[in-house]
Amino acid sequence: MMQQNFEPKIIAFCCNWCSYAGADLAGTGRLKYSENIRIVRVPCSSRVEVQMILRAFQNGADGVMVAGCHPGDCHYDTGNYHTRRRMVLLKSLVSFMGMDPERLLVKWISGNEAARFQETVDSFNDQLKKLGPSNKVRDQRCEI
Amino acid sequence: MKVGVFICWCGSNIKNMVDVEKVAREMENMPRVVHTQDVQYLCSEVGQQDIIKAIDKHKLDRIVIGACSPRMHEITFQRLLESKGLNPYFVEIANIREHCSWVHTDKEKATIKAIDLVRKAVAKSYHAIPLQSDLLGVTKRALVIGGGIAGIQAAIDIADAGYPVDLVEKESSIGGRMAQFDKTFPTLDCSACILTPKMVEAATHENINLYTYAEIEDVAGYVGNFKVKIRQKAKSVDPEKCNGCGDCITKCPKKVPNEFDEGSSKRKAIYTLFPQAVPNKPVIDRDSCIYFHTGKCGLCQRICKTDAIDYKDEDQIIENEYGAIIAATGFDIKNPKSLPEYHYGNHPDVITSLDLERMLNASGPTNGKVIRPSNGEAPKKIVFVQCVGSRDRNKGNAYCSKVCCLYTAKHTLLLNEKFPGTESYVFNIDVRTGGKGYEEFYERARHKGAKYLRGQVSKIESLEDNENRLLVRGFDGSLGEQVEIEADLVVLATSIEPKAGSKKIANLLGVSTDQDGFFSESHPKLKPVETQAQGIYLAGVCQGPKDIPEAVSQASGASCKAIILFNKGQVKSVPTTAMVNKDICSGCMQCKPVCPYEAISKDYVIERIHGKEVRRPVASINRALCQGCGACAGLCRSGAMDVGGFTCKQIMAEVDSL
Repeated sequence: MMQQNFEPKIIAFCCNWCSYAGADLAGTGRLKYSENIRIVRVPCSSRVEVQMILRAFQNGADGVMVAGCHPGDCHYDTGNYHTRRRMVLLKSLVSFMGMDPERLLVKWISGNEAARFQETVDSFNDQLKKLGPSNKVRDQRCEI
Repeated sequence: MKVGVFICWCGSNIKNMVDVEKVAREMENMPRVVHTQDVQYLCSEVGQQDIIKAIDKHKLDRIVIGACSPRMHEITFQRLLESKGLNPYFVEIANIREHCSWVHTDKEKATIKAIDLVRKAVAKSYHAIPLQSDLLGVTKRALVIGGGIAGIQAAIDIADAGYPVDLVEKESSIGGRMAQFDKTFPTLDCSACILTPKMVEAATHENINLYTYAEIEDVAGYVGNFKVKIRQKAKSVDPEKCNGCGDCITKCPKKVPNEFDEGSSKRKAIYTLFPQAVPNKPVIDRDSCIYFHTGKCGLCQRICKTDAIDYKDEDQIIENEYGAIIAATGFDIKNPKSLPEYHYGNHPDVITSLDLERMLNASGPTNGKVIRPSNGEAPKKIVFVQCVGSRDRNKGNAYCSKVCCLYTAKHTLLLNEKFPGTESYVFNIDVRTGGKGYEEFYERARHKGAKYLRGQVSKIESLEDNENRLLVRGFDGSLGEQVEIEADLVVLATSIEPKAGSKKIANLLGVSTDQDGFFSESHPKLKPVETQAQGIYLAGVCQGPKDIPEAVSQASGASCKAIILFNKGQVKSVPTTAMVNKDICSGCMQCKPVCPYEAISKDYVIERIHGKEVRRPVASINRALCQGCGACAGLCRSGAMDVGGFTCKQIMAEVDSL
């Protein structure tokens, strides 16, 4: 169900050392990508609590991205291993809630992979456009 | 709480794509925001004064900046707040340059995004908590990994400043690549003549401790307090007893290819790396030694007059503490076998530049004579091929290896001088001679008769003539046509690549590597020797291709950074550490195993419940060890764990504001 003029809302949790740096490098290199992404800076991808991701979905995010260093490259040695395990579980939870698990994207982007950051954002954006707005867990009590 | 919002134009960098006035205006509607302003350059003196004035006028206690990445100027603004008596962690930065104005093309949408990003930062600032860093002691001892010229220089500089240094080298001698070279450009200094005094100085310096034939096993800790395990591989020769007479080497019956001569000669199973090795004591290569394979032989032990051979020697793990670490792991050269068009490996007369360098070296496999490996005769016509595996992503590496143009010019000059009448042809994409005296050196090579052909080689093949020569097919740009040259010897200027195994070292050190495998510096322009990991510095080619003077300067720069750290004697700890709310911690201790720094331990609180004293377990953080990754906070089921600067409330506020 491709919707006309639908612009998805993407919230990305990026680790300070790799993915956030990769996004910075994309900026320095003037690579262009979709305006729909909002980046939240976290020290390490393992800092991201499940509640934060669920809250993002509840607040109307159509997609959430968790990005960290490549496995083995974590600035804190092992943080992204914990993320990897946690996100596997969370994906099944997201699916259990009736949402498409592809709305939760976990990516490893290093500090010098600016092009990878750009591609990731754009392809995620395209994919969410195809999936359409996410209404399953959106908290509609506060909306008019 | 009074929040002040400042939006930076960054000249035109942000202003061109984001309506900064509108962003500032929008923020006026946010609760507790009492001042908004857009400024041309916030990082400038004028911009900083604007913030100071606003703090004084409105009694601001939270500052929100919409500007470049916090990775760029966070410290600038934190210092400003500190100077005004505010906690440095009361500043919040919205990244509207790298993450917004530079990556978008629609001004309207970019402005909406910038408003969101600044609103997110304002929301986060409401929940900011004051953070303090502690001062930690520094172990005034440095570790240098890699005993090439960069490592040697770094070690000597730190040692001269009066601090002890351990220099760890994988091979049995220090010296590295420079020891393999014959002459150095552009002065044609004898490489060994300028290197060996440095090697001896490093070996005899009272503050330098050499660990040769040793590798790094494990690195733990943090700036000022690294704990490193070094594996001293079994040398099987007691260096205290050995007098370096070399009888064992002469008598050893086992011969293996000599890696120091790039495999073009043989060495024994008990060997020193090269004649001027430091330390000049042999080691037994257990993979090749007959005794270690069959239990027989034992010739070296029998003939050793000082009884230095010890077959029972074992690897030892040495544990040491260091304040700073310098990585100088060096490079390898690309094996051109993966590029079949160059015929390397199929014909003995196609060699690499390093092979030629060894041949030219008086202590090399041919005692300084250049020969055709196929028949041992002197080559008359030599073709040099530049950029083998460099500057072409499809053929290997996208980057320029930087030194090949100059060393090829050096080779043509040396050949001309030592063997007059040798013809040299150099196929090149273009000749790069950035560096003092380099252009003049290249000019000299051309005047002395080297013929430069601007174009690339498409194929090298064997000629079926009597002398088994080679045919080099290539393009000559100045003629604009294909050329064919019959050559006696072809020399490939192969690409420089990071040392095999350096990735493992990078992982141990917590230093990231770039797409080519070279160690990433902290900032490409302004922090070329630091890394993202504090207290770990870079020297030499491990950071990227460079020539000897550059490697030496970088080594001195890196050692200077270590000396600064030691002179100061203290480092500020990371203030953004984990924090436990002991009231709600259930003491499950799930956080303990995920902590990579072993900063979490079990503690007990004593409470009175119904008149009874109860001893309840809770987690406790060692703030000196914690680096603030937040792995513990991410999994805490009771929500008792939090990370300063990235508290749950702060991140939730950010998510809620979007």
